[in-house]
Amino acid sequence: MKKSLFLGAVTVAGLAATAGAAATLDDVKARGTLNCGVATGVPGFAAPNASGEWEGFDVAVCRAVAAAVLGDPTAVEFVPTTGKTRFTALASGEIDMLARNTTWTFSRDVDLKFTFVGVNYYDGQGFMVPKELGVSSAKELDGATVCIQTGTTTELNLADFFRVNNMSYEPVPIETNAEAQQQYLAGACDVYTTDASGLAATRSTFENATDHVILPEIISKEPLGPLVRHGDSEWGDVVRWSLNAMIAAEEYGVTSANVGEMSMEAGDNPEVNRLLGTEGNLGEMLGLEGDWAKKIIESVGNYGEVFAGTIGESTPIGLSRGLNAQWTEGGLLYAPPFR
Amino acid sequence: MATVTDPPKAGFRLSMLIYDTRYRSMTIQVVALIGFLLLAGFLINNTIQNLATSGKSIGFGFLGEPAGYDINQVLIEYNNQNSHLRAAFIGLLNTLLVAVMGCITATIVGVIIGVLRLSPNWLIAKLTAIYVEMFRNVPVLLWIVFTMAILIETLPAPSAFRGDDPEATLKLFESVAVTNRGVYVPEPLFSRSLGDIHLFGNSAVNFDISLDLMLLVAVIVGSIFGARALKRHADATQEKTGKRPTTWYLTLGILVVPALIVLIALGFHLGYPELRGFNFQGGTYLRNSLIALWLALSLYTAAFVAEIVRAGILAISTGQTEAAGALGLRPKRIMNLVILPQALRVIIPPLISQYLNLTKNSSLAIAVGYMDLTGTLMGITMNQTGKELEAVFLGMLIYLAISLSISAVMNWYNNRVRLVER
Repeated sequence: MKKSLFLGAVTVAGLAATAGAAATLDDVKARGTLNCGVATGVPGFAAPNASGEWEGFDVAVCRAVAAAVLGDPTAVEFVPTTGKTRFTALASGEIDMLARNTTWTFSRDVDLKFTFVGVNYYDGQGFMVPKELGVSSAKELDGATVCIQTGTTTELNLADFFRVNNMSYEPVPIETNAEAQQQYLAGACDVYTTDASGLAATRSTFENATDHVILPEIISKEPLGPLVRHGDSEWGDVVRWSLNAMIAAEEYGVTSANVGEMSMEAGDNPEVNRLLGTEGNLGEMLGLEGDWAKKIIESVGNYGEVFAGTIGESTPIGLSRGLNAQWTEGGLLYAPPFR
Repeated sequence: MATVTDPPKAGFRLSMLIYDTRYRSMTIQVVALIGFLLLAGFLINNTIQNLATSGKSIGFGFLGEPAGYDINQVLIEYNNQNSHLRAAFIGLLNTLLVAVMGCITATIVGVIIGVLRLSPNWLIAKLTAIYVEMFRNVPVLLWIVFTMAILIETLPAPSAFRGDDPEATLKLFESVAVTNRGVYVPEPLFSRSLGDIHLFGNSAVNFDISLDLMLLVAVIVGSIFGARALKRHADATQEKTGKRPTTWYLTLGILVVPALIVLIALGFHLGYPELRGFNFQGGTYLRNSLIALWLALSLYTAAFVAEIVRAGILAISTGQTEAAGALGLRPKRIMNLVILPQALRVIIPPLISQYLNLTKNSSLAIAVGYMDLTGTLMGITMNQTGKELEAVFLGMLIYLAISLSISAVMNWYNNRVRLVER
């Protein structure tokens, strides 16, 4: 087993460059499907629904890219990855892009050789505890047993947080969200820590969601976004602007309902015209069809629609927009101009 | 007229490399070797080239960087500011701990089950057969996860111990806490401790050794030697006079009194676990992950060991049993004195590979969050530094070293006890 692992690692390293050097865009077009890495199952972000189709906020990014490149949002091969396997999967070329609540950090960008194309969710690490413990602040967690997904930034943040506050804790490393949930509900750990959005998503699946509180402290910045390999900027551009198209569409009021009408002919707003391809040739520059953004918005929706449909306040997850509102509404979302 | 002619001097022709049987096998081997080297060269070259194109360099410098993560079960001191190398060392110790515990338990359980499976008692024979078939034929990973799930779901959480009328109480005279986070047992403490000695200075593998423990071990070893000398003396007396002096109280005294004196001198007492804050504090904490991994690995391997033991016993001809019976030995003594000593020699070689299997299977530890070598070096360290190739390579090297050491020790033992054929 060890040997095959090594050979696997060698092959992985071997394949990495072949995949990196080749034009991923052409590969995807030739293959007819997009290989997209997602989480193994975080409700609201990426999880298969009752009929086995992947759904969620991160999944929507995959679908948007598939719609832009292949014209078909369902032409996606979803590859579930854990916190540990995701980077190897991307570096080896097993997946074309990773949309799996992954934090944009310096070392991942620079040292691990990935390109984060943007941020689709501004998050921070939080703590969830059962109400009956009577804990109201993370500073009261001295001596607690903490369930944590291994191979994530949260693991390092946690170590820093407890060290800085001079507290001790007992880490229980877990591979997946589902295992963490099992241990937490059985009381094998007092606290579950991960990104606050993930906590809300996990809590929504509990039988008695109201028995658990998410503590007010957010101990880190976790800008989550899709990423691609270094070395193929053209492909990076496609993913980056697919995401930006969703964000910009919300800003300019283009929705899946009115995009058909708005893209019939050039309207008053030149930015919208360029976005939807009724003016200029932005799509061509990307190596895509002229109506690439229209396809995204038509089939997947704009950022606001996706947010509301997957994790918004009307869903069981119930996240408010907060930092993830448009810049015009006091949030941090800001798509560069389509020009 | 006879003429003597030399056999024709055969010149060497290239075609002989294929058609001459003297050279053919050599040719095939050389070609195969060249092919293999080319393949290996291609793989290595390709890897290096691809690493270069993706801008990654091979190096082990990351081992010196601070690890930044915490490990729950540490046998020697560790904090998250220590290096990745130190974290890997902690993981290695955890691997060795569970491997040693597992091998011992698997051997004991395996031998008992193996012997019982040959029992003439129908019920016992069938029950042990069911045990063997059940454990042998289900993947060990499932047993590990299953054991962990049972521990988590059936045992009470520490909060159940709280309050005036708690749902759960401490077991065994209020000294052992069994929770779904693990088992807390009393820990040995010394009030007049001799302190520790610090080994390996500031290197990544430095650790402390308790002088108390060393002293205790030394005294016990000395006692055992003393007891042996007494036994030899008794044997000699028996040879000479035909009467064996009664020595059991002396032996007991030699074994127990010095150790007791040391314990009292050091101020030995037990530290009991106590519920404080979120968890029990004090006592020795055996985590769920360790218990689950240890139980699952040893019970699984014990099934194989049982079969090996059964095969070893069956390999001894029934004539031996009958001969021993004819000498008037009782069945229990036949097993202990005649069959098992001979069977063990057949058993040891396959037993080695079971020990190796157990050690290698312990790398499944991450399934229950036990931080072994795979969890630290080839898990978190690899993930945080992105040095897949180096971490996996180092991990393989360490597992290889462990396995070869086990083999070497067991082979040495095997050579000592194997049947000497005359």
